Amino acid sequence: MLFLVAFSSLFFLIGIVVILFVEGLPVFAHVSLSQFLFGKRWYPTSSPPQFGALPLILGSLLVTGGGLLFAVPLGLFAGIFLAELCPPRGREVMKPIIELLADIPSVVYGFFGVVVIAPFVRDLLSLSTGLTAFTAALILGIMAVPSIVSVIEDTLTSVPRSYKEASFALGATHWETLRRAILPAASSGIGAAIVLGAGRIIGETMAVLMVAGGAPVIPKSFFQPVRTLTATIAVEMGEASVGSPHYHSLFSLAIVLFLFTLVLNILVENLIPGGRRRVR
Amino acid sequence: MEEIKLQIKDLNVFFGEKQVLHQISLNIPANKVTAIIGPSGCGKSTLLRSINRMNDFFEGMKVEGEIIFDGKNVYAEGVDPVIVRRRIGMVFQMPNPFPKSIFENVAYGLRIQGWRNKKAIEEQVIKSLQAAALWDEVKDRLYSSAFDLSGGQQQRLCIARAIAVEPEILLMDEPASALDPIATARVEELIRSLIEKYTIVLVTHNMQEAARSSDYTAFLLLGRLIEFGPTNQIFTKPQKKETEDYLTGRFG
Ligand SMILES: Nc1ncnc2c1ncn2[C@@H]1O[C@H](COP(=O)(O)OP(=O)(O)OP(=O)(O)O)[C@@H](O)[C@H]1O
Ligand SMILES: [Mg+2]
Repeated sequence: MLFLVAFSSLFFLIGIVVILFVEGLPVFAHVSLSQFLFGKRWYPTSSPPQFGALPLILGSLLVTGGGLLFAVPLGLFAGIFLAELCPPRGREVMKPIIELLADIPSVVYGFFGVVVIAPFVRDLLSLSTGLTAFTAALILGIMAVPSIVSVIEDTLTSVPRSYKEASFALGATHWETLRRAILPAASSGIGAAIVLGAGRIIGETMAVLMVAGGAPVIPKSFFQPVRTLTATIAVEMGEASVGSPHYHSLFSLAIVLFLFTLVLNILVENLIPGGRRRVR
Repeated sequence: MEEIKLQIKDLNVFFGEKQVLHQISLNIPANKVTAIIGPSGCGKSTLLRSINRMNDFFEGMKVEGEIIFDGKNVYAEGVDPVIVRRRIGMVFQMPNPFPKSIFENVAYGLRIQGWRNKKAIEEQVIKSLQAAALWDEVKDRLYSSAFDLSGGQQQRLCIARAIAVEPEILLMDEPASALDPIATARVEELIRSLIEKYTIVLVTHNMQEAARSSDYTAFLLLGRLIEFGPTNQIFTKPQKKETEDYLTGRFG
C-alpha cells in the first residue's frame, strides 16, 4: 500500500516533468536558449513576439532574496524565542497561532498587501505605486515565516540537552550557550530552514501576482513593480492559445522555476542529514 | 584538621512536592577526593548538582539550607550562579563533548570567560590536555572532531575542558560508569593526579571505585546522609548498620 502511494507520487512527478519538457522545449524553435535566458524583453504577444525571460527570472530572484531578508531574521528570532526563551505555557499558545498563519490562503495575504501594505509603502516612500518588489518581498517574507520558524524550532529543540548542560556547567550564560553551543550545533538545520523558506517564496503565485505590480522589466530598484515567473505563468496561461509559441514559452518558464526549486530541494536534502550527522 | 573547601549545612532539596534531600550536612575537605555513594535514586546526583546550582534549571526545584563556598552561601541572594559555576566545574556521567574540534572543546570555557589572546588560549588548552592525560593521544589531531575520540578519551576531554578554566572544585557524576575497565582505570588515575590542584567530589555507585579513588566517603540513603568519614574507615568499620548492609551488598 505504502509502496503504491510512493510509486504513484513518483509517477506524477515524472509525468509533470515530462509534460513540462514536451510542452516547453518547442519554444526553442522560435527563440534560442540564450535569447530566452538572457533576453531583456518579454513581449510574447507582439509581432514578432519576444521571449526574453531575464526580467521575470530577475523578478523572481529579487522578490525571493528580498523576502528572505525579512523572513530569515524574523523566523530566526521567533524560532529561538520559542525553543529557548519562551516558558512552555507561552509556547503552547504561540505554536498554534504560527501554524494558523501558515494556513491562511495566499490570496488573503495578497489582499492584505494590496489594501494595507501597498498604500502604506507608497505614501511612506512617496512612490507612484505601492505595488513593488519591496512590497511583494515583505508579504512573501511574512508568508514564509511560519515554515522557517517551525523548522528552526524543531532543530533547536533537538539539540541534545547535554550540550546545554556542558555549557552552563562551564559558567556560560544563557545567551553565550545559545550563541556558542546551541546555534552552531543547529547550523545546518537553520540553513535548511532558510532554503525551505526560499522555496516557499519562489513558488508563491497568488499573493505575488497581486502585490508585485506586474511589470516585466529588468528591475533597477527594489521599489519598482516587477513580475515573477509564477505570476507570468498564472496570468498568461489563460490568454495563450494552446500550441502557440507563447503557450510553449510559459512551459519553459515553468522549467526554469522547476530547476530553481530542484536546486533548493537538493540543498535541503544535503543540509538536513549532514546536520543530523554533525549534531548526533 | 584539614582545610574545609565546602560546607553543606542542613540542605533540603525539593522537586515540586517531593523532597529528595533531607537535612544533609557535610564538610568537603580541600584537595581531597570525597566520594558520594548510595543506591540508585538516593539523591547523589541531586546533591552534586545542588553544589554548582545546576538544579536551578528544573522547574519547581526548591532549596533550603546553605552551601558555604569561600565564606559565602551559593544560594544567598545576589549570588550569580554563572560565577559559581565558573569556580565549581562539573563532569557528567555520559561524556558530552560539543560537536566541535578537540581544541575548541577545551577552549570553550576560556572563550566564555573572555580569553582573546590566541597564544594564551593555545597554551592553556595544551596544559589542560596534558593534565587530563590526553595530550599524547590527541596532539596530532587537535582540530579533528571530538566525536572521533573513543568514549574514554571523550571523558578525559570533558575533564580537560572542565579544568581548563581552573575551577577550585571539580564535581564528577559517575565519570567512569560509561567506560570499559581500562578507560576507567585511566580516569581513576587521572582523578588521583588532580587533587594536588583541585578539590574533587565524586559520585559513584561502584564501591571499588570509591574505595580506590577517594579519601572520604559519604553514604546516602533515601535522600539522607547516613554516614560520612575517611574512606578506609567507612569501608572497614562502618558505624551504621545501613552502611554495612549496603557495602556487603544486602541492598542497592
Ligand atoms: N528534575 C527532577 N524532577 C523531579 N524529580 C527528580 C528530578 N531529578 C531527580 N529527581 C528525583 O530525585 C531522586 C534522586 O535522584 P538522583 O538523580 O539525585 O539520584 P541518584 O542517586 O543520582 O541516582 P542514580 O544512581 O540512579 O544516578 C529520584 O527519586 C529522582 O526521581
Ligand atoms: Mg545520578
